[in-house]
Amino acid sequence: MPSTQHLNDLTIQVRRDILRMVHKVNSGHPGGSLGCTEFLVALYNVIMTRKEGFNMDGIGEDLFFLSNGHISPAFYSVLARAGYFPIDELSTFRLIDSRLQGHPTTHEGLPGVRVASGSLGQGLSVALGAAQAKKLNNDHHIVYSLHGDGELQEGQNWEAIMYASAKKVDNIIATIDLNGQQIDGSTDTVLPMGSIKEKFEAFGWIVFEIEEGNNMIAILKGMSEAKSKTGQGKPVCVLLKTVMGHGVDFMMHTHAWHGKAPNNEQLAIGLAQNPETLGDY
Amino acid sequence: MKTYTYTEKKDTRSGFGAGLTELGRTNPNVVALCADLIGSLKMDQFIEENPDRFFQVGIAEANMMGLAAGLTIGGKIPFTGTFANFSTGRVYDQIRQSIAYSGKNVKICASHAGLTLGEDGATHQILEDIGLMKMLPGMTVINTCDYNQTKAATIAIAEHQGPVYLRFGRPAVPVFTPADQKFEIGKAIKLTEGKDVTIVATGHLVWEALEASKVLLERGISAEVINIHTIKPLDEKAILESVSKTGCIITAEEHNIIGGLGESVARVLSLHRPTPQEFIGTNDTFGESGTPAQLMEKYCLNSASIVSKAESVIKRK
Repeated sequence: MPSTQHLNDLTIQVRRDILRMVHKVNSGHPGGSLGCTEFLVALYNVIMTRKEGFNMDGIGEDLFFLSNGHISPAFYSVLARAGYFPIDELSTFRLIDSRLQGHPTTHEGLPGVRVASGSLGQGLSVALGAAQAKKLNNDHHIVYSLHGDGELQEGQNWEAIMYASAKKVDNIIATIDLNGQQIDGSTDTVLPMGSIKEKFEAFGWIVFEIEEGNNMIAILKGMSEAKSKTGQGKPVCVLLKTVMGHGVDFMMHTHAWHGKAPNNEQLAIGLAQNPETLGDY
Repeated sequence: MKTYTYTEKKDTRSGFGAGLTELGRTNPNVVALCADLIGSLKMDQFIEENPDRFFQVGIAEANMMGLAAGLTIGGKIPFTGTFANFSTGRVYDQIRQSIAYSGKNVKICASHAGLTLGEDGATHQILEDIGLMKMLPGMTVINTCDYNQTKAATIAIAEHQGPVYLRFGRPAVPVFTPADQKFEIGKAIKLTEGKDVTIVATGHLVWEALEASKVLLERGISAEVINIHTIKPLDEKAILESVSKTGCIITAEEHNIIGGLGESVARVLSLHRPTPQEFIGTNDTFGESGTPAQLMEKYCLNSASIVSKAESVIKRK
């Protein structure tokens, strides 16, 4: 397992990547990306059992599906720094002819991506299908997925949530990024969803809450507990309480940076708050 | 002229069921999903023989399409089964993003397409599905004409890498293609040789086209009937070769003329060989309740309409 220091360095470096990527093309979604940085770093560097290289079928390894595809900057940076493709390619984010499309896709053959996402609400179904394929293949690895909280307003999620427990898909850990924000404002002002925990439990899921979703130690502990509950006949959900824009003070606690890029001055401030660790791309 | 006869009528959906059953026995990677319509899709035998490879998803088609996309990751070949309306219009974005754009090897198998669904009416009679599916990059679109062809197509698409939309129907219709005819995706089948008019038909209209050709022959018109079971990719060569001989063409389909086979054919002709064309299909309208025969007559999707259009298109040469 990588040292805590390395994980922290990686987290800061991913934050820098996110800010620089969206700044360069003046588009993209920094808020949710920054909020999920610790989680994705932990997932790819500690939690998941991964094979070298990339094979679409992913037999004999854990899989991850990003449903809230708009946090592609964080996803791409973590994938690149986990060795799936050259780190320098991050500089092509959202540019013409790039494999790093605005939202993740398999269409351009980017290693590490197993399904297109961006149109919300579809990732859980896909992850469940992959989990059931694992069962058919007697492959005892786990399927992880990440979803936005606002994304749960899409009805397909609830079809999938109902299905997962009915079919006892117990080799999945679906994480909800509970940052309480969506494009038009807080989730409570746009469309209050009540208790997401109670909803998942009512649908027959085991639910874990990670109160400090931007704390590496808390994430590792929480995900380890969640993993220990797989294989017991029920799907597992993790409610990850994060702060949108975490690590860049003026982007925190607001929905304003959901889909907006920083200008030159804002980028400088953001980067200064996250001094280079492992080297910029 | 070669004539076609039949000894029995069977529904094309039963051809799908038989093909799926055979795949269950021969291809261990084939899995099936259904959204609460097992009986309608004739999936019972596959399920009985392969309970572990069947996923009943309930009335939740969006989830079904996503599950199917996910099942391909791990090497499975998922066949989804529900009515054509719920296989396409209801889940267009799921198919678009999770299956087509993601290049997933999912076979979307759709029964009860078109007017011949009958009494349930327009809520269930989709006449836009060919258009919806053919517009998706990378999607293969197939509409079969009888039991044997549907069975053969079901087996053939398992060998094809990539998403496929397989469209078939509810009513019992004449079985006239050979049981041992190999199904080749994208390869048109010339059913009769003719010199005066080409009739390109798909799905249930193929038999109607053959019936029309008999009547036309009695009136001294020799019709070349081509079964286009694959609307995408379209067998452009077969169409162009035929019209180079006949000089005019009818397209016939149980679908809206906007977005269907006819428009695909018209594009090919306009690019390579502008040719007088008439369209048999529904004309920018929804369907309604009625028996299949009543509906096909009311919406001019029968042999009589093909005869009439053939006579008029010949005059435009």
